[in-house]
Amino acid sequence: MKKSNRFGNRLLMALVFLFLYAPILILIIFSFNAGNSSSVWKGFSLAWYGKLFHNRLIMQSVYTTLIVSFLATAIATVAGTFAAIGFYAMRRKLRDSLVTVNNIPMMNADIVTGVSLCLFFVAFFNGWGSFAGWLNSIQSVIVLPTRLTLGFGTLLIAHISFNIPYVILSVGPKLRQMDKNLIDAAQDLGCTWMQAFWKVVLPEIKPGIVSGALTAFTMSIDDFVISYFTAGSSASTLAMTIYGMTKKRVSPQINAVSTLLFAAVLLLLVIINVREARQEKRAAENRINL
Amino acid sequence: MKNKLSRLAVPYVVWMALFVVAPIIMMVIYAFSASNGGFTLNNFVKMGAYAEVFIRSFKLALIATAICLLVGYPVSYFMSKEGPRFQRMAMVLIMLPMWMNFLLRTYSWMTILENNGLLNQLFQKIGLIALYNRMTGADLSYFPMMNTQGAVVLGMVYNYLPFMILPIYSVIIKLDGSLIEAARDLGAGSATVFRRVILPLSLPGVLSGITMVFVPAVSTFAISQMLGGGTELLLGDLIEQQFMGGAYNPQLGAAISLVMMVIVVVCMLVMNRFGEGEEQAVML
Amino acid sequence: MKKIALVLAMLMAMTMLLPGCGSGGDDERVVNVCSWGEYIDESLIDEFESETGITVNYQTVESNEALYSLLKTGAGDYDVIVPSDYMIGRLIAEDMLSELDYSNIPNYEKIDEQYKGLSYDPENKYTVPYTWGTLGIIYNSKMVKGDITSWDAMFDPQYAGNVLMIRNSRDALAAALLDLGYNINTTDEKELTAAYEKLKTAKEAGVYQAFVMDEVFQKMEGGNAAIAMYYAGDYLTMLENNPDLRYVVPKEGSNWFVDAMCVLKNAQHKTEAEEWINFIASTESNLANMDYVGYASPNGEALTQYPAYYEENYGEALDNAQFEVMAAPDSVLKNCTLYENLPQDTLNLYNDLWTQLGI
Repeated sequence: MKKSNRFGNRLLMALVFLFLYAPILILIIFSFNAGNSSSVWKGFSLAWYGKLFHNRLIMQSVYTTLIVSFLATAIATVAGTFAAIGFYAMRRKLRDSLVTVNNIPMMNADIVTGVSLCLFFVAFFNGWGSFAGWLNSIQSVIVLPTRLTLGFGTLLIAHISFNIPYVILSVGPKLRQMDKNLIDAAQDLGCTWMQAFWKVVLPEIKPGIVSGALTAFTMSIDDFVISYFTAGSSASTLAMTIYGMTKKRVSPQINAVSTLLFAAVLLLLVIINVREARQEKRAAENRINL
Repeated sequence: MKNKLSRLAVPYVVWMALFVVAPIIMMVIYAFSASNGGFTLNNFVKMGAYAEVFIRSFKLALIATAICLLVGYPVSYFMSKEGPRFQRMAMVLIMLPMWMNFLLRTYSWMTILENNGLLNQLFQKIGLIALYNRMTGADLSYFPMMNTQGAVVLGMVYNYLPFMILPIYSVIIKLDGSLIEAARDLGAGSATVFRRVILPLSLPGVLSGITMVFVPAVSTFAISQMLGGGTELLLGDLIEQQFMGGAYNPQLGAAISLVMMVIVVVCMLVMNRFGEGEEQAVML
Repeated sequence: MKKIALVLAMLMAMTMLLPGCGSGGDDERVVNVCSWGEYIDESLIDEFESETGITVNYQTVESNEALYSLLKTGAGDYDVIVPSDYMIGRLIAEDMLSELDYSNIPNYEKIDEQYKGLSYDPENKYTVPYTWGTLGIIYNSKMVKGDITSWDAMFDPQYAGNVLMIRNSRDALAAALLDLGYNINTTDEKELTAAYEKLKTAKEAGVYQAFVMDEVFQKMEGGNAAIAMYYAGDYLTMLENNPDLRYVVPKEGSNWFVDAMCVLKNAQHKTEAEEWINFIASTESNLANMDYVGYASPNGEALTQYPAYYEENYGEALDNAQFEVMAAPDSVLKNCTLYENLPQDTLNLYNDLWTQLGI
């Protein structure tokens, strides 16, 4: 009875994994197709990979995606950590209301965030245009650009904005778990508050920062909707390029790009897991030796 | 000390005011203005015509959420009963597709579901279509799967299933084993333990799973355009059309976004209230 | 912490390895071009870049209406755009285009008089024509019994689930207007509403498999749909991949269009934009483009030279029927009308009807 039950459980899980991975597998298989179809097999070829590396649009958008995700993750992690510490030190009432505002981007549908940011940027640019025009007309020491457009800058701002809440979300609980007396103790022992921060607070909340940064990075890489509304025409993330491509004749170059991405992610995860397993093993050995 | 530290949040508070609050205020202003800039309620009056789109979006998103829950809950539950190695492996497998952009995964379904796509090719090879034609007297050369509501729901389930599994799993895995043991000792059978202990305690995970699936599903436009062929507009499509698409009208787009935002937020608040009630009931 | 350092290091390494860093110097010469999909022989871009040292950012958008939205939202930062006649009229009316300095575009001379001074730009101040062609019905002769000759086919429940309707309001409503015997430039609300009702009825009867723009290539070539309305030039591209396809300009008449290159008023690279336009307007570029995209050229020299060009490149004579699809003869054109820019009220009506159709 128990055995068959367990078999049933595993069967369900196997089916779910099949459902999750079959389409990815098909994508990968057809990236090696000699023909230009994504559903009729015409023999093995690497031609699409060659074409992919010469496709400036795709390569440029891969580059943009990585740069934006990195910068946004780095900035959001630092800013989010400081914000979380600041929130933690606030009076409860103030904190609660700020946390509510902080949760807005996470609660809202992406399209609402994207649309509202787009409207805001455009309105700001219009205002800036008239301001810069006026300033340039009354003096000639500094010449301000009168025409700003959506582009890499706005894309980055948007990514930072939706990343920070995730960092705060994972750093906050670590702060609350921390022993409140630690900071006071450190200061009593002669630490400045800067030192207290670096030597006491930071090590305590490190796991939260790491997982916050990882979440932020994942969100940036996976985002399409917010980028679509804030990047304008001069910057394009990979997701936007793919969306544009699916609206035309679809080329197996998309399959090739997916395969490479998948391979990269897989490699990363394998490395991380092997290292983790090794560390655990070492820890276990140490315990035995003790 | 504490107050000094709170200054660290100042830059972010300014940031939030600029890039979270101001954009939403901007959206509200747009929603209440006419194309020449004056105040109007016309955008909301017009929206009555789109009630059908609202209903369709909520219907499809609810179906997708329900399917995700029905599949995702057992999977996370069964997963939590496996060994740690299996669990870690399974988690990696569930997270992995999320690192590939969801558009790629949706695109793959396009090649599978097309009329001349892989699934129909398969059905043709194994004679399923011929069998169906003989049984019903129809004259099909393929099963139409692409460009249907079913395809859109499938796309949503496929993309958002991990969002359901992860929070439920992370709640179940943290359940206190002694509670379950205690219930058993008090004479509860497996079914009762599940119904009276595990299910109520995992409710927070279920609620956050529902939120994480429902919100993106109700507002998607990429999935419905890729798998729905543009014949079944969803709320996301409607909004996108007003900003970037074939019917430029950002004021109407902002109004629709605003209404959608309000509905979603109200739903979430009600659900969380309900969730809190449950938690307290469990504690009593 | 080591974990994240590893992840970061690897991704950093990946970014370093990628060629072509995004930010070039400020003095780099650039031109931002926005056009339609499958609408240029891409080797022309490379040729232009190596000839002039100007980098071309070539982007595409799916329809005139979407282009208008992008420009208005501020999401589109382009120098050169290639809209169709009626949209050019609208952009000029809204003061969004910049007047061209034709002394920088000597190749403008070669454009046939027939395509100058048209209703959208009567004084030839803003445009250099890019291509022209007709709107018609493409069908798969293996999936449709008999020949299609009328716009009726786009609304016929007989073909339920096998028809691809076009995803832009102007063309879609034009099909219905023509089928009802109305003028495609009508501003009569009753006529437009009747056309909308026709589309709506057909949609509710399940006639349309999908609303498409450039997805049409994949679907028609792969035999995933039987009938679609699209442009003559794109039909020729599809024909190369699926010989069963046919093209017809329906007997009720149709739209003939001119797509022309324009420079936006707020363009930041006007000199480069005019260089690009001049390059594209040359006879050689027009020949290459005609061969690649299948649309007829407004450059008189190129149009007359094309059959010889084709024979030289492919070693066989150009099929005259195909050439007539590309460059519709006068007998066909006299039955076709150019779109005109419509008054604001009518445009709003188009928007509303179009959004409602989607419901």
